[in-house]
Amino acid sequence: MAGDLDGVAPEPGVAKPDPILVADEVQRRYGGLLAVDVGHLEVQRGVITALIGPNGAGKTTFFNLLCGFDRADEGRWTFQGESAEGVKPYKLARRGMVRTFQLTKALAGMTVLDNMLLAPKGQSGERMLASLVPPIWRSQETENLERARDLLQRFKLDHLTDEYAGGLSGGQRKLLEMARALMSQPSLIMLDEPMAGVNPALTQSLLGHVTALRDEGMSVLFVEHDMDVIMTTSDWVVCMAEGRIIAEGRPADIAGNAAVIEAYLGIDHGGTTKGKVS
Amino acid sequence: MSWLSILALALQTAIGFQGASYALGAVGLNLHFGYTGLSNFGHVGFLLVGAYGVGIAADQGWSIWTGFALGIGAAVVLGLLLGIPTLRLRGDYLAIVTIAAAEILRLLANARPSEPLTGGSRGIGGLSARLGFYRPNFIPSGTYGIGDSFVFSSGQLWSMLWTWGLAVGATLLVWRLVRSPWGRVLRAIREDEDAATALGKNVVVYKLQSFVLGGVIGSLAGAMIVLNAGSVSPTRWIAPLTFALYTVVILGGAGTVWGPVVGAVVYWFIIDLAEGVLGNLWFDISDTTVGAVRLALMGVGLMLLMIFRPQGILGNKKEVMAGGR
Repeated sequence: MAGDLDGVAPEPGVAKPDPILVADEVQRRYGGLLAVDVGHLEVQRGVITALIGPNGAGKTTFFNLLCGFDRADEGRWTFQGESAEGVKPYKLARRGMVRTFQLTKALAGMTVLDNMLLAPKGQSGERMLASLVPPIWRSQETENLERARDLLQRFKLDHLTDEYAGGLSGGQRKLLEMARALMSQPSLIMLDEPMAGVNPALTQSLLGHVTALRDEGMSVLFVEHDMDVIMTTSDWVVCMAEGRIIAEGRPADIAGNAAVIEAYLGIDHGGTTKGKVS
Repeated sequence: MSWLSILALALQTAIGFQGASYALGAVGLNLHFGYTGLSNFGHVGFLLVGAYGVGIAADQGWSIWTGFALGIGAAVVLGLLLGIPTLRLRGDYLAIVTIAAAEILRLLANARPSEPLTGGSRGIGGLSARLGFYRPNFIPSGTYGIGDSFVFSSGQLWSMLWTWGLAVGATLLVWRLVRSPWGRVLRAIREDEDAATALGKNVVVYKLQSFVLGGVIGSLAGAMIVLNAGSVSPTRWIAPLTFALYTVVILGGAGTVWGPVVGAVVYWFIIDLAEGVLGNLWFDISDTTVGAVRLALMGVGLMLLMIFRPQGILGNKKEVMAGGR
């Protein structure tokens, strides 16, 4: 758990005792702009790691590279000890790296329940020919149905089970997306700004769910802006600026880190500001 | 002509071969557009290869089954050929490539060098007789129906039987498929490909499966159309046929199981009724004008449908509105 990180020094690129994700020399260019330039990063298993940084720091780009949704120009990274660069995003998802999106992607024209039932891995009924023979997949479907109902109850979405996801509020969609990701039983869940556009009351409940994921043994990597959220929720914080990792550490280390404060507050306004990447 | 017989004629067209063949063609398009969100604007290309499969088989003296196999095989190849490069790209590319491919196929069939195979612009005639399509017809010859207008000949009933049979069979197959986890993945892809990918679904493979299967169903419709007509020529396989099938799908309700069947019947009833009414007004309208007005009516009808009832006859308004389609 979080205690495993006790002896780890708060410095960029530091080695962790039990990393689930290890990235080396990852670069992504947009024309002449080096949007991501990460030297070395290890993400510890079983803890909540926050990826922070000012707008345009390259957090989301880095995030997209890691889970295969964008192609890196250079670099290697491994997920659970196996190589993960250049791997198709659906394959990474099957290996247990499941992400959510900054702009929530609830499957609007499907019911909340169908959203949930889509997620489990290895469904035999998802093969075209097997789908024609219900006895092949019915028992698996029933199991998934039970688990979906349990999860919906836990996320307090059970009263919306048969509603279309498109009719849900923004916050409910965030909850649904998180519940859906959970439904696929990931080992690393990557949340891209899970609190964006969510009202404060719901933020608390979302945070509760995030910490619950960790307590059940999942690893969480999330991109976030809200400093309060980061300080109270995360076990480890990685700060990016201009594509690089400038600081790493426990929330308390980061709060007082000069490089982080400089990146956020910008000692040199305007002068060396580079293009926006997000 | 009495108004009653105009109604009877429209009904005859709607539940007759015209309705059946459009229903069959639309079932495939509905799988593409209604369930998977694929913008296939060249569905007529699949009908064309099915039609020429049967036509070429007749011309070469092969059996009717060989003809069907030829058409289905060609539809699979066409689906893979168009699908593999385009389905990994954004949806617009598929629309452009399919509309172009259908046109290329028609021009190829029409071209002089293809004459030994396709008969060029003259096409291939007398094929139902050569293939023995009507030979197993057990319906005693004569006419069946009510009155003078609502009647079917034994031969008409025979091709209706087969075409409606295929349309209902294809509908049942689609019904089984879309109510399974496989169909759930298709709908997820229609709603948001990235979300489906993030949940570990190999989106390209599912799109390809849907594209090929819908194309094969389309090729069956093409084969039945030429068996019923007894001849195949390039002029029939033009883009407006694709758009007519889109009208059928949307009218019946895109992404509903029975939508294509209901849509085809209602479509032909309205089209034929309009033609009957226009041809029997107190002033004379030439046939070409009737054809043009009919097309214009179809366009206006489709627009009104999209504005006032985007879910079609059978669709669920909540689903369509929620999906923002």
